[in-house]
Amino acid sequence: MTTAPAGAPERRDSGPRPADPSASSGRRPMTASRRANRAGLAFVSPTFLVVLVVVVLPIAWTVLLAFQDAKLVDIQGMGLFGNWSLDNFTQVFDSAGFWSSLGTTLLYTAGSTLGSVVLGLAAALALRKPFRGRGLLRAAMLLPYVAPVVAVAFVWEVALSPQYGVVNDWGRRLFGWDDPIAFLSTREYEVHLLGLHFEIPLALLTVIAFECWRYFPFAFLFILARLQAVPDGLEEAALVDGATPTQRFRHILLPQLMPVIALLCVLRFIMTFNKFDDVYLLTGGGAGTDVAAVRVYDFLTARYDVGAAAAQALVLAVSLMILLGCYFKFFGNKVQEES
Amino acid sequence: MTRAQFEERFFGVLRRVVIAFLAVITVLPFYYMVLLSLKPIDALLLDPGSLWVSAKDFTVTTYRDVLRSADSGGQGFLKFLLNSALVSLGTVVLTLVAAVPGAYAVSRLKFFGHRQVSALFLAVYLFPATLLAVPLFVIFAKMGLSSSLVGLAIVYVAQTVPVSIYMLKNYLVTIPYSIEEAAALDGCSRLQTVRKVILPLALPSLMATGLYVFMIAWNEFLFALLFLAADPDKWTVSLGLAQLSNGIEVPKTVLMAGSVVLTIPVVLLFFAAERLLTEGLTSGADKS
Repeated sequence: MTTAPAGAPERRDSGPRPADPSASSGRRPMTASRRANRAGLAFVSPTFLVVLVVVVLPIAWTVLLAFQDAKLVDIQGMGLFGNWSLDNFTQVFDSAGFWSSLGTTLLYTAGSTLGSVVLGLAAALALRKPFRGRGLLRAAMLLPYVAPVVAVAFVWEVALSPQYGVVNDWGRRLFGWDDPIAFLSTREYEVHLLGLHFEIPLALLTVIAFECWRYFPFAFLFILARLQAVPDGLEEAALVDGATPTQRFRHILLPQLMPVIALLCVLRFIMTFNKFDDVYLLTGGGAGTDVAAVRVYDFLTARYDVGAAAAQALVLAVSLMILLGCYFKFFGNKVQEES
Repeated sequence: MTRAQFEERFFGVLRRVVIAFLAVITVLPFYYMVLLSLKPIDALLLDPGSLWVSAKDFTVTTYRDVLRSADSGGQGFLKFLLNSALVSLGTVVLTLVAAVPGAYAVSRLKFFGHRQVSALFLAVYLFPATLLAVPLFVIFAKMGLSSSLVGLAIVYVAQTVPVSIYMLKNYLVTIPYSIEEAAALDGCSRLQTVRKVILPLALPSLMATGLYVFMIAWNEFLFALLFLAADPDKWTVSLGLAQLSNGIEVPKTVLMAGSVVLTIPVVLLFFAAERLLTEGLTSGADKS
């Protein structure tokens, strides 16, 4: 033994002396908790620095930019402060289609979140018990999630195309569709059902379906992991008591899964609300799918209006926080239990 | 038939239907992608509904078109593959370097604010990527990094560090503290302990995290579009493919070949380490 630390609190954390200059300089040695405190701060600081420089500072600057009249051409020479105005916000709120875009975003987010979690839950329940080829299917089911969004978006685009898409071709053959359906560019599609006429936002629904398809593996992974941790005894007891499958699901499994489902809903909601690539690649934001994130991009690249883009992005972030605030106020306990 | 029997039978059938449905929706699109990339455009236009490629139509010229450099009439995807690989690998290395000390500190050391820090990092995801895009776009334009792969890698690091810390932390807390105490007794400094004891033990988690980060960086599109669109030499595969689709003269079958080229590396990596990744992602999710 080279060193023999004296007291019990010392032993928990006895780094060698040379690593700790203040201890060897004759003063009273620091307590273990103080040293852990120092080391902790030292270890966390590089990470913190990276996040500060690339995330926090830019966000702070966005907030400033949102209140200034800033175009990309003259931003080079502009100071950090000056030209304060609320013009950007009036422009954002007054611009055509702002409120409808916010509504579209909400619909898109809620639909995608709900759809992907429900599909993930169904998948997890179906793949719960072993069967032949289960491992293979489980791996294959993660494909939509791991594959690059650009590639899968183009596959959908080609498959749904009215001219050369496989979906329309099979639709005509199997269901006798009269005209090919342009899934990605039809704002309102008329449906005749039982003598009633409906208008459904077809492009938006297609984009939501894409989102569900792409992200259900994520929900599936988390729910399956939790499902396999449910003790067998619980269900066996319910089985002995004569509970039917729906009862077992409703009263045994669902309460166990609820925390992870709630967490998934929050996560997916946040991610989808800010989603840009999927909609941009599929429809370019046309045909009633102009979600807010795509509008920010348009402000930035089509008009080079940095101020308006920043203001729009800020409005988006604030609306998300308000929604999350409401959520945590009413359902917060469940998620807190989970974390 | 009692209700229980009926339900058993009903859900037994439903389970098979769901499994078949899932298999179709996950595998078919990728099969379709490979299929189209192997036939000439005429064959596709002639019979859009065919799910097979006949021997006389079979071709790999689409891949030749996509991979050949722009000078010799191709789309230059080999160059894009190299760019993507550089950015993604760089991101993985930088992210791990930045995340490991942070994750270690959060999982082990009781420092001031250690409870809040990981939640604080995750709060990054509350802000839309588009919100970050605006100032970063301007800053990088100012610094002359606006069309460089280095700038892109830095942005990806910021996007992936928080989730990496979260994943690594979940693994690190499962390593018994007594191992570290033993190392300390043998005279290891804190840094030595991390390097010689903790890192080797955390290797599975490091690999899972690295893989996940690689996936995110390889698949990313928005920042690549914003920063690199002006300079075709710097395009990543995702961006190259998106720009390819805007070209007028490009047949859809070539586009599908490009999609296959973009998808294959990340899918191969994923299948090589599937178990590792799924466990790394969901560790901690199975605790109630």
